[in-house]
Amino acid sequence: MATAVQIVERENYLNSNYGIKSWLLTTDHKRIAVLYLISITAMFWLGGFFAMMIRLELLTPAGDLVSSDTYNKLFTMHGIIMVFFFLIPSVPAVLGNFLVPLMVGAKDLAFPRVNLLSWYLYMAGAITALTAMVTGGVDTGWTFYTPFSTTYSNTHVIGAAIGIFIAGFSSILTGLNFIVTIHRMRAPGMTWRRLPLFCWSNYAAAVIMVLGTPVIAITLLLVALERAFNIGVFNPQLGGDPLLFQHLFWFYSHPAVYIMILPGMGVISEIVCCFSRKRAFGYEFIALASIAIAVLGFLVWAHHMFVAGISVYAALVFSLLSYLVAIPSAVKVFNWTATMYKGSISYNTPMLYAFGFIGLFTVGGLTGIFLSSLGLDVHVHDTYFVIAHFHYVMVGGMVMAYMAGLHFWWPKITGKMYPEAWAKLSALLVFVGFNTTFFPLFILGYMGSPRRYHAYPPEFQVLNVLSTAGASILAVGYVLPMIYFVWSLRYGADAGPNPWNATGLEWMTSSPPPTHNFDETPVVTWEAYDYEHQPQEEITVGH
Amino acid sequence: MATSDMGDIQVAERALQHHFADMEQQRETSSFGMWMFLLTEIMFFGGLFCAYLVYRASYYHAFVEGSQKMNITLGATNTAVLICSSLTMALGVRAAQMGKRKLMVVLLLITIIFGFGFLGIKAVEYHEHWVNHEFPGPNFHFETGDPAHPATDAQHTEIYFSLYWAMTGLHALHMVIGIGLVAWLVIAGLMGAYTPHYYNPVENVGLYWHFVDLVWIYLFPMLYLISKKH
Repeated sequence: MATAVQIVERENYLNSNYGIKSWLLTTDHKRIAVLYLISITAMFWLGGFFAMMIRLELLTPAGDLVSSDTYNKLFTMHGIIMVFFFLIPSVPAVLGNFLVPLMVGAKDLAFPRVNLLSWYLYMAGAITALTAMVTGGVDTGWTFYTPFSTTYSNTHVIGAAIGIFIAGFSSILTGLNFIVTIHRMRAPGMTWRRLPLFCWSNYAAAVIMVLGTPVIAITLLLVALERAFNIGVFNPQLGGDPLLFQHLFWFYSHPAVYIMILPGMGVISEIVCCFSRKRAFGYEFIALASIAIAVLGFLVWAHHMFVAGISVYAALVFSLLSYLVAIPSAVKVFNWTATMYKGSISYNTPMLYAFGFIGLFTVGGLTGIFLSSLGLDVHVHDTYFVIAHFHYVMVGGMVMAYMAGLHFWWPKITGKMYPEAWAKLSALLVFVGFNTTFFPLFILGYMGSPRRYHAYPPEFQVLNVLSTAGASILAVGYVLPMIYFVWSLRYGADAGPNPWNATGLEWMTSSPPPTHNFDETPVVTWEAYDYEHQPQEEITVGH
Repeated sequence: MATSDMGDIQVAERALQHHFADMEQQRETSSFGMWMFLLTEIMFFGGLFCAYLVYRASYYHAFVEGSQKMNITLGATNTAVLICSSLTMALGVRAAQMGKRKLMVVLLLITIIFGFGFLGIKAVEYHEHWVNHEFPGPNFHFETGDPAHPATDAQHTEIYFSLYWAMTGLHALHMVIGIGLVAWLVIAGLMGAYTPHYYNPVENVGLYWHFVDLVWIYLFPMLYLISKKH
């Protein structure tokens, strides 16, 4: 009798009930995470398609593949989709949604129905924005600078703005849910100093989502009103100030880059500790660096406007404050490397991606210092140098971290292992492809090649061809995981509850976790990343 | 007495969602969530307040000219109406906390009436501005009363009116949502959803109502009471 019971598959969040309704009306944070995973993956491929079109156009100096108008629409839609519909929800809404309640030992997020609402808002926003794109597109750039966006652009600015407006509320609700969950839903003994660093960094990102996103919402609403009724708030002909738009826009959109990178940093902290078998070096510093980045992130927005006509004194202050962001960022990088020092490192796929993150984020961060220095910024402003810089942080940093996290927690999410050899190959391809794509852009930008043009002088062709070739390698690197993740759902080895022999409450429940996460509420009596006291087994799967 | 108390506790137990350990955790969580939401609301209105500050500093005379067109009597009346509605809302929350169901329903109904009163008066004001072409856009028309700043002021006054419509419009939208929420409380209250052990929806809607009230407390002086002197 007892053996018969054991043969029956353990109930988990995936098999507890079936049918489309049980997914579309679920309030389980794990299922909502999966819904987000599917949605943002679709958006990632769409944004990636536009990126590929951009790179193909830039293969030759002449603007021959698409017209300049179409090119404007391509980079605008690439930016809007990747920023608002992929990067911002990527780690928080997928991994954060899945893991934050598990990591703090809760049965769900504080507001499960609000969580589901956030997914529907995301979908509504995405569909609105996509409708605007399908019916003619937008050509303002993802930044919607006025007065071009409000007066002169003949494209579907209002539709795109409303789509982002709606998706913004999805982001606000996710952030609100995280903050309240981390404050109020922690299991007994899970003190702030025992909180996994992934939760700390998602908490910091959530603070930005809650404080920043409403401002972009009202700003885009004003843009839409301006276009519809010509109310004049950003229209210089009526005495309105286009610079005010830039201030309001960057007040959110600069901190938004920290919404994108902070949760990624949390992923890296988890993975570096696990695959070095060590406690995080300077745990408190890594945790507080997240908060410091969130706070400083709100004080640097005008470094996007150095050449837009702000006063020299304001530019000086914003330049200095931008330098300061380097300090908590460097604290993190140094602490990760110090964690690895004398650790017993194993080179599984998540760790390979984490190595990639640390290196590429460092390049992206350091070139950020170049851009926040006033003199140099005048030279490289609006060139490919800027493109290279933020792609090193966003793609080299955040997408790497997202891939690292997906591989690391895939066994937890699905209960299946991905094929390690293929995964290592994909990590290598992504790293090589990424650098081949974006490093040439630093040189192009430094030589003065401006962004946002579909044609360029023939002298620049070699570097552009290199970049396009790299983009093809990168694309293969992203297609591979797509295939083997789906493959693993059916053919992957069973993961067991803790394939990485990792610490953290999420590894103490079965994979996939049961609907209520834990059979009984866990009581925490140990530090985070207590690897020194974890049995030193070899990592059993995936060699 | 003892039986009704037992009934209250049963209502409370039914209201306890599965992922909370006990009612206290649920109450604290929902209240904290509401405060966080109000924080996002502050930032939401904050963008408009920021724009107001910038343009009022740039075009002070135009803003004074624009504010002359405001009906201070109606504005002041509306301020009083909203403050009274906040009082009845606060008393309603107290009544819910004490378990006085009928009193709560009556107080919330009065709150709704005040809310409609505010919107009615606001509609009268909006109508006045509309017929006077004080709505931004192609039909906007403004005669400056000050010969010292004729043409530019008329143009910049349009920005004043843009902000006036955007800020009070957004506020009015929040009032409409608030009235809907209080109406929902009245229906749920009549069905016996709230007891002294479980009344956090009442408390949270109350917080929202006071917040919307508070926004108006700022909007009124900023839009209506700009200096009369030049």
